[in-house]
Amino acid sequence: MKPGMLSNFLKRGAIWGFIALELIFFTVAGEYLSLSEKAFMDVDNMLLLFKQSAPIGIIAMGMTIIMINGNIDLSVGAIYAICAIVLLDSMTWPIFAGLGDMVIPVAWVLALLAGVALGALNGLIVWKTGVDAFIVTLGSMLGYRGLVFMYNGEQPTSHLNWTLVDFAEAQFLGLHTATWFLLIVTAAIWFLMNRTVHGRNAYAIGDNREAAVNAGIRVGPHMMINFMIIGFLAALSAVVFYSESGSVNPNDGELYELWVITAVVLGGTKLTGGAGSIISTFGGVLAIQLLRKGLAHIGADTETVNLVIGLILIVVLFLDRQLNIKGKEELKV
Amino acid sequence: MTGQTPALRLEGIVKTFPGVRALDGVSFEVMPGEVHALMGENGAGKSTLMKVLGGIYQPDEGQIIVGEQPVVMRSPLEAKAKGIVFIHQELSLAEELTVAENIYLGELPRKRFGLVDWAKLEEQTNAILSTLKVGFDAKTRVGDLSIANQQMVEIARALTVDAKAVIFDEPTASLTDAEKVVLFDVITDLQSRGVGIIYISHRMEEIFKITDRISVLRDGQYRGTLQTAETNEEDVTQLMIGRALDLSRNESHHELGEVALEVRGLSCGHLFRDVSFEVRSGEVVGFYGLVGAGRTEIAETLFGLRDPSAGQILLSGQEVRIHSPADAIAKGISLVPEDRKGQGLVLGMNCRDNMTLPQVDDLKAGPFVAEGAEVSIFDQYRDRLDIRTPGWKQLVGNLSGGNQQKIVIGKWLSMHPSVLIVDEPTRGIDVGSKSEIHNLIRDLAAQGYAVIVISSEMPEVLHVSDRIVAMYNGRIMRTFTSEEVTEDNLIQAISGLGGDRAA
Amino acid sequence: MAAVTKEQVGGFLARQGILVAFAVFMVGFTLANQRFVDPDNILGVIRSSAILGVMALGVTFVVISGNLDLSVGSMMSFSTIVVLDLHDKIGPALAIPAMFAMTLCLGAFIGFLVGYLKLNSLIVTLGMLSAIHGLTLTYSGGQNMDIADKEGTWFDFFGQGSALGIPVPILIFVLLAAVLGVVLSKTPFGRKVYAVGGNGTAATFSGIRRARVVFTCYLISAFCVATAGLLQASRSLGSQNTVGQGLELEVLAAVILGGASLLGGSGTIFKTVIGVLILGFIQNGLLLVGLQFYVQYVVTWIIIILAVWLDIAAKRGKLWSPIA
Repeated sequence: MKPGMLSNFLKRGAIWGFIALELIFFTVAGEYLSLSEKAFMDVDNMLLLFKQSAPIGIIAMGMTIIMINGNIDLSVGAIYAICAIVLLDSMTWPIFAGLGDMVIPVAWVLALLAGVALGALNGLIVWKTGVDAFIVTLGSMLGYRGLVFMYNGEQPTSHLNWTLVDFAEAQFLGLHTATWFLLIVTAAIWFLMNRTVHGRNAYAIGDNREAAVNAGIRVGPHMMINFMIIGFLAALSAVVFYSESGSVNPNDGELYELWVITAVVLGGTKLTGGAGSIISTFGGVLAIQLLRKGLAHIGADTETVNLVIGLILIVVLFLDRQLNIKGKEELKV
Repeated sequence: MTGQTPALRLEGIVKTFPGVRALDGVSFEVMPGEVHALMGENGAGKSTLMKVLGGIYQPDEGQIIVGEQPVVMRSPLEAKAKGIVFIHQELSLAEELTVAENIYLGELPRKRFGLVDWAKLEEQTNAILSTLKVGFDAKTRVGDLSIANQQMVEIARALTVDAKAVIFDEPTASLTDAEKVVLFDVITDLQSRGVGIIYISHRMEEIFKITDRISVLRDGQYRGTLQTAETNEEDVTQLMIGRALDLSRNESHHELGEVALEVRGLSCGHLFRDVSFEVRSGEVVGFYGLVGAGRTEIAETLFGLRDPSAGQILLSGQEVRIHSPADAIAKGISLVPEDRKGQGLVLGMNCRDNMTLPQVDDLKAGPFVAEGAEVSIFDQYRDRLDIRTPGWKQLVGNLSGGNQQKIVIGKWLSMHPSVLIVDEPTRGIDVGSKSEIHNLIRDLAAQGYAVIVISSEMPEVLHVSDRIVAMYNGRIMRTFTSEEVTEDNLIQAISGLGGDRAA
Repeated sequence: MAAVTKEQVGGFLARQGILVAFAVFMVGFTLANQRFVDPDNILGVIRSSAILGVMALGVTFVVISGNLDLSVGSMMSFSTIVVLDLHDKIGPALAIPAMFAMTLCLGAFIGFLVGYLKLNSLIVTLGMLSAIHGLTLTYSGGQNMDIADKEGTWFDFFGQGSALGIPVPILIFVLLAAVLGVVLSKTPFGRKVYAVGGNGTAATFSGIRRARVVFTCYLISAFCVATAGLLQASRSLGSQNTVGQGLELEVLAAVILGGASLLGGSGTIFKTVIGVLILGFIQNGLLLVGLQFYVQYVVTWIIIILAVWLDIAAKRGKLWSPIA
C-alpha cells in the first residue's frame, strides 16, 4: 500500500462510515429509547428522509462546486427566499390569468431565472471588482434579504395551486418528487464536474490558481458560471419546496447557508478549494438529515441537533488536520 | 552551425525593476537541436531572463526572435503558442487532478457540448508518458506522485506542443540518479527532433555531460559563450564569478573568544544528518552549499522552528533545548531569515514597529508600549546601518530591498544576541548595499558576536567568513579555514565531489 | 497651488471613503428630515447601536489577528438567556459574574481550537454558532426566559438606566471602546495582534507566541459578547433563545465597513465604531424618511461592496480586478 492511501481512504470513505454509524446507533438506541413503535430504518421513514434532505441537498450541490472553485456563497438562503416569492407571486399576476395551469411552468421559469440572475450578479461582482467572495456574498446576503422584505413587507406571500401540490406530493417509483429532483441534480452536477471542461477547469482554478491562469484558463467566467449555477439551484430548491407548501415567510431560508456549508464540509470538500466530491456532499446532506431524524427518534430534544452538528463539524476539521500533518520535521509556523 | 537559423534568439534584452537593473542588454541564441546551458550565480539574472522568455515579464528593451519572426509574448500561454515551453523549477501543478489533466491544463480536448474527450486525452497523454518511460499513467492523481515524478509531469507538458525551444530550470534538483538518466534521454530525444534546449543548472557534471554550448550571465549582463567540448570547469567558473568581482578571502581575523555555540551530531529527519560544528564569539562561520543542502533547516532548528531528531545544541558550554523562537530569543539566538518578505517583516507595519517587534514586551512604560524608547532604538539602528527612509512611520513594504534587509538586521541586532544567524543576507539586493552588509557582518564579529552566515553566493562566503562549512545533501562535507579555501575545492565540496578529500 | 490630480482624489476617497460616505449620509438625511440631527435622536441611535457596537469591538480584535468569529450572535443569545435564568436563581450580583465566566469559557474553547490547534476559524466558529445555539436551547428547554419580578430588581440599570444624563448602554459602549482602543493601539499585546494578522509567519519568526495572541483575541471577543448579552438582558428583562441570531453578520459588516481587512493586520477600534454608527444612522435615517428597516439591508449591501472595492482598488492602483 502506498503511503497516504490509508488517510485518503479514510477521508473519502469517512462520510459513508459516519452514516452507517448513525444508522446503527439510532437503530439500537431507538430500541430502548424511542417512544414510537416504528423501527428507525423503516422504509417510509427513509423515503421521507430523502425528501426532507432535498431543499438543503440541492443547494449543497451548488455550494460544493463554488467551494471547489475556491469561493463561498453566503447568500443562498436569501436567493432561495426571493425565488420562492417570485414563484408563488407570479402565479397570481394578471397577465398570466388566461394561462390556467400553464402558469406553472411559466412561474417556474421566472423563479429559476431570478435565481440565475442573482447568482450572476454575485459572480460578476466577484469577477470584476476582485473583492473576496466571502465579503461579496455576505453583503448580498443582507441585500437580497432586504429585497425579500421590500417585496411584501413582513407579510408572508402565499398562493396554493393544487395541481402544483399534487405534483409535489406525487411519488414516482416510490420516491417523492423532491427526492427525484435531488437525485437528478446530484447526477447532473456530478456529470458537470467530472465530465466537462468547465468542471475540470473549476477544479484546477481552486487547486492552483496561478497554474490555471498561466495555462490560459479564464478564471472569471468560470467563477461567474458557478455562481449562476448555485443561484439556479437555490431557485430550484425553492421551486421544489414551495410548490408543496404554498406560503413563504420573508425569513425563510435564513441560516440555510450554514446548513449547506456544514453538509459540504462534512462531505470533505477542501476549504481552500481544488478538492471535493459531489457524491460525498450527498453523503454529508444525508448525514445531517439522518442526525436530525435520529435524534428526534430517540426522543432527544430537537435542539440537541445543533449542538451535535456543530461539534461534529469541529471534530471533522480536527481529524482532517491530523491526517494531513507531515511529521515532526515540519516547520513550526 | 553558422548556416542555420537559431531556434530562438534574444537581442539586447533589458529589464529593470525599481532600483535594480536585472538584465542589462542580454543577447544569446539557441540553435535547433542544441542543448545550450545558461549559467550564472544566484542573482545573475537567469530566472529573470527565463521569465521574460516565458512571457511572465515584458522586457523594457530588446527583442525576442523565434525562428525568423520577432515576437511579443504577453503571457505564458502566448509563449507556449509560439513554441517556447518553460519547465518550472517550482512546480505549477494542480495536485488533485490527474496527470493527463495537468499535462493538458487549459487545453483539454473537447467533444460536443463542452465535454472532455477522455479517450483522446488519455491516449495522447499515455503516448507522451511512454516516451518519458515513467512508471505512472494518465489517470494517476498528481498529488500521489513523488516530487520527481511531478517534475516529469511538468516535462511532459513540453511535449504537447510543437516546441521550438524548451527551457529547463534546474530540472534535476529533486531527481534521483536513475530519474536523471531518463530526463537526459528525453532531452536527447527532443534534440533529435530539432528542438532547441536551454538548460539552467548549477551542477557542472551535468552541464559537461549534456550541453553543446554554455552561456554565462553575471550581474545581469551577458559574459560570453563557450563551446562545451573546448572548455573546462575552471574556465566556466572563472567566467561565472568573474575576476572583476572581489573574490578576496577574508583575512582579518578578530580575536576569538569562548565557544558561543556548539552543535554535536544534530539531525532532523532526512533534512540534515549528523551535523557538528562550533562557532566562537568574534568569529564568522559561513555555510555554503547548493539550494536544498540543508543549511536553512539547520538555522531553523537552532531557532526553535524545527524539532531535531537527534543531537545536542550547546550554548556557552551548556546543553539547551530550544522549543520555539521565543525560547531561542530568550537564550540569545537571533535569526535573520532567508525570506525577507515572508518571514522577516510585516510589510503592512511601519519601520519602527517592525524593528522592535521581538522586544515589544520589554519596552513598556506602565502597561503601554514605550514609544519614545522604540523611536530611539529605531534612530540608533537607522544611523548605524544607514537605513534610508523618510521616517519611522514609513511602511516597510514601501522600502527598497536593501533597506528592508537592514531593518531585519537592525531588528535582531537590537536584541543584542550572543549568536547571530544570517540566512542569505544579500539576496535580491543591489551591489552597493551588498558590500555594506558584508562590512557590517565583519564589524559585528569584531564586536564579539558569534555569527553564522548562510549563503549561496561564493564571493559572499569567501568575503565574510573566518571559516567555511561546505554542505552537500544534508551533510557537512568539509570545513575550510579562510586560508585553505579556494574556489575550486569549495565548489567540489558542495557538489559532493570532494568527499574523498574531506577532512 | 498644485492641481489636484485624479489619483490624489481617488487615494483620498479610498483612504477616507468611509468618513466621506458617512458625512454624505448625515447631510442627506438632515436635509430630508430635520429631526435627524436632533440630540435626542442621535443619542437614541447610539443607544440602539450599543449592543451591536460592543460585539463589534471584540470581533475587531479577532479580525485584525487574521481570523473570523461567526459565533458571536449565538453566543450573545447564550449569555442573555443564562444571565436571565441565573438572575432569579442566584440573584443578579452573582448571576452576572457567573454568566461572564461561562461565556469566557466558550471563548476560550474557540480560542484553543483556532489558536493552539490551528483549525480554520471560519468553520470552527460556524460550528460553534450551531453548537452554542443548541447549548442555549438545551439550557432553556426552548422556552423564553423572563425575570419573574421585573419591577423589584436593579438589574435593569445596565440596559435602561442612565448616569450623568447619559444612558448606561452608551456609557458602557464608549468606556469599552476607549479601553479596547487603547489596548489595541498602545500596548505590546495590541502590537502583537497586528503583527500576527499582518504576517503570522514573520510574527512567529520574531518570537511572538501566535497561538497565545489568537487565543486572547477570542477571549476578548467573548468578554464583549458577554457584555452585550448583559445589556440585552437588562434592557428587555426577558428574551427569546434566538435574540442574537444573525447578529454575527451585522457585526462583521460593521467591522468590514470600518475598513478592517478580512485578511488581517488592519483596522482600528475607532474605525469600527464609525462602521457601527454608520449602520445605526443609516437604519435610523431611512426610518425617519419613511422607509422600512429592510431598505437598510440593501443600502448596507451596496455600501459594504463599495467600501471594500475602493479599498482594494486603491491598493492595486486599478479600479477593475485583473482577473481574466
